[in-house]
Amino acid sequence: MGILLQVRDLTIGATVYPPGEDPHDIEIVKDISFDLEKGRVIGLIGESGAGKSTIGLAALAYGRGGVRITGGEVLLDGKDILRYTKAGIRDIRGRHVCYVAQSAAAGFNPAMRLAEQVVEATVLHGVMGRAEALERARYLFGVLGLPDPDEFGTRYPHQVSGGQLQRAMTAMALCSRPDLIVFDEPTTALDVTTQIDVLAAIKHAIEETDTAAIYITHDLAVIAQISDDIMVLRHGDAVEYGTVQQIIEAPREDYTRQLISIRAEIRPEAPDQSDSLLRLENIDAEYGPAAKVLFDVSMHLPRGQTLAVVGESGSGKSTAARVITGLLPPTQGQVIFDGAPLPPALKDRTKDQLRELQMIYQMADTAMNPRQTVAEIIGRPLTFYFGLRGEERRHRVTELLDQIEMGDPFADRYPAELSGGEKQRVCIARALAAKPRLIICDEPTSALDPLVAEGVLKLLMDLQAETQVSYLFITHDIATVRAIADSVAVMYLGKVVRFGPKSKVLNPPFDDYTDLLLKSVPEMELGWLEQALASRKMAAAGN
Amino acid sequence: MSVFVFGYFTMLIAGSSLAVYYKRNEAFGVLFTVTLLSMLFGILWGQVAFWTISVIAVSLIAAGGLGYCFRAYMVMLLPEQASRFMKSAPLTASFGMLVIIVMIVLATFADVVAPFGEREIVGDVWEPAGGDYLLGTDNLGRDMFSRLVYGAQTTIAVALAAGILSFSIGMLLSFTAAVMGGWIDQVLSRFNDLLLAIPTLIFALVVLAALPQNIFVLVGVMAVIDQTRVFRLGRALAIDIVVQDFVEAARLRGEGWFWIIFREILPNVLTPLIAEFGLRFVFAILFLSTLSFLGLGIQPPEADWGGMVKDNKDGIIFLVPAALYPGAAIAILAVCVNMVVDWLLNRTASLKGGRG
Repeated sequence: MGILLQVRDLTIGATVYPPGEDPHDIEIVKDISFDLEKGRVIGLIGESGAGKSTIGLAALAYGRGGVRITGGEVLLDGKDILRYTKAGIRDIRGRHVCYVAQSAAAGFNPAMRLAEQVVEATVLHGVMGRAEALERARYLFGVLGLPDPDEFGTRYPHQVSGGQLQRAMTAMALCSRPDLIVFDEPTTALDVTTQIDVLAAIKHAIEETDTAAIYITHDLAVIAQISDDIMVLRHGDAVEYGTVQQIIEAPREDYTRQLISIRAEIRPEAPDQSDSLLRLENIDAEYGPAAKVLFDVSMHLPRGQTLAVVGESGSGKSTAARVITGLLPPTQGQVIFDGAPLPPALKDRTKDQLRELQMIYQMADTAMNPRQTVAEIIGRPLTFYFGLRGEERRHRVTELLDQIEMGDPFADRYPAELSGGEKQRVCIARALAAKPRLIICDEPTSALDPLVAEGVLKLLMDLQAETQVSYLFITHDIATVRAIADSVAVMYLGKVVRFGPKSKVLNPPFDDYTDLLLKSVPEMELGWLEQALASRKMAAAGN
Repeated sequence: MSVFVFGYFTMLIAGSSLAVYYKRNEAFGVLFTVTLLSMLFGILWGQVAFWTISVIAVSLIAAGGLGYCFRAYMVMLLPEQASRFMKSAPLTASFGMLVIIVMIVLATFADVVAPFGEREIVGDVWEPAGGDYLLGTDNLGRDMFSRLVYGAQTTIAVALAAGILSFSIGMLLSFTAAVMGGWIDQVLSRFNDLLLAIPTLIFALVVLAALPQNIFVLVGVMAVIDQTRVFRLGRALAIDIVVQDFVEAARLRGEGWFWIIFREILPNVLTPLIAEFGLRFVFAILFLSTLSFLGLGIQPPEADWGGMVKDNKDGIIFLVPAALYPGAAIAILAVCVNMVVDWLLNRTASLKGGRG
């Protein structure tokens, strides 16, 4: 096996324009070197801002807007493609090196049939004729496990599911028989049960076609299944570079160890779960008569504990939260809070009922008014519910900022001046300011990097111990459930399929769906993918 | 080839070369374009072209210098907070501010500033500028400069009042429609469509002909007509904001619509609305001028800039520039208002509260 791609001391820079300072150059990728042999896969892993996508795109001699490749070499078959002319680079892209983007939905032209788009680059480059390319596309659809390979290509992008679209994009990349494919987080936007299928399909296709690949992700468990070598990146530096086995089983650096050890159980399950604060009784809800979303949903949340509601997109878990908050009055059933039924509609609830039930959102960015300072954001519930003003209010804001481990200097900042984790902490402080008895957390950590999410989860648990607040925690991530929940409700297509204490729900005997869900969560273990696929009892929805 | 022309081109070419050498691309672009255009215009119109270009250039430099000094002056005079705000003003904005302030001062003290009365016939028809009459006389022999000063009073006041009123109505209605949704939104939006469907000018003409003719009715009619555009923009902007999580968070907190409109939505749509205000203000001046021109705006013999253009338009045929002075006043005010608005725009667009 010859070496296909050699990256030597790759350095990539960009110019930043911080307000109030002179523009200056920064290095976003520093002295990265790695080799890739034919038929092998290298995984690039790191948090957002680690430079992993930037490196991946450099393999296509491409820099995103404002990014410059300032040093080093990218040798493809021994030739430095960074020195190629524009025409030369164009010849490489789509023929020798292909790219699979994260969001397949945004990557396809909605007005063209899939097969047309899959073969377009191949035909354009003259690698093969149209008929031959279409034949290969059909073959690849089969290899990638798409339903009805002969007919699949005649569909439009909106007629197939997200997981299928992602596989179609992989087929597009494989079509011209490239030497190298760059996968940029191809499964990140997918549900776990879909992810496992796409992952298996990609792995199978890579083996079948003997292509080399760069696989970019932030999920170490995913990369462990698919790659031969792993490079761990942080702030543009290579932290560690080695084989999968070495990285997973004997990591040398602290940072890698942190990534691996993430999401151990933070707090054991509470033994007594009888004293319930919130109780949903036989809730049905719909968005108009044609869109029934919840069917006979019942669950309860014990006082001072955490109930995790877990399910895939479309399972109705966020709708359940809207019913509890009163944004969507149920068509049947009732919500009992602290022994008394809550008025179904928001406008009928008293100020005190509103105060006791607060919410934390997934996207902290849009959950805070960008024109208000942190002090205004946290201070408003204080004024609104408790009538605090002036010095008194300021004092309480400082207290709350200390509680979320941020401190007074943040009070006068605007949301745009905070990092992702800090934003979510401010949202938590805003919820806490109302002294609620229940906080509904709608995927508060799924938009955060793993280590930051870990910090936010720990904070939530500490606050629960301190203030006895209860959490209804909506998530799709089983690891998070394991880490923090006392009881768990598993939702599937608008129904609760399994509910009870964590120890019962997450341990066998399982129903079919919970079994599928749990087995689809990637584990940091070599060969997990094959085992999981072999032991599945049902196929994922929408595939 | 006179010494002037020789010096003119030497300076331009030397300037261009220096700009290139010091890598000032923008300055070079301007200078060299002027150089090339000068050659063209020189061939077409001779030396006059060079004089004109020089005069324009010197005026622009003077305006820039004036803006520079005015900014420094304000920074010196104003208290700490306001002076930091002022420091961020670009030259265009500070020059625009100066001009607007001068115009408002002139308008306010019109009785003192104007050498003659507003309606006083003091001389012959269309006397040339200079001598007793700074800008000559108009079609009835009234002093042009005095009327321009008095005209500023009505024009600025009416346009500003109509602009502010239309924005208040339009914003309030559109935000209410966006926040409330449902049938309230439908009623307000369809009524707005109804108003939009009627040609503006004809609507104004009919209503103004029917109602008593005074300045308050005029302002009211202009505001009602203009608010339809503000409503459209305001609703489109607000609807994007209303669906954001932070508005939902405010609703869940139990906030009333007043808080949601003024504290959650307004600060987030201020930027495009201020830009729109700059434009609308100018349109208000022009609309007022149109109405005056048609005889339904400010009633003669009271002066307003649009009406003055109408009164003196026939003079243009006889090379009498009287109509150009009020026209220029409108143009200068419009440009200056927009230069200031542009600066405010940059500040309100910043998500860091305009700091840094």
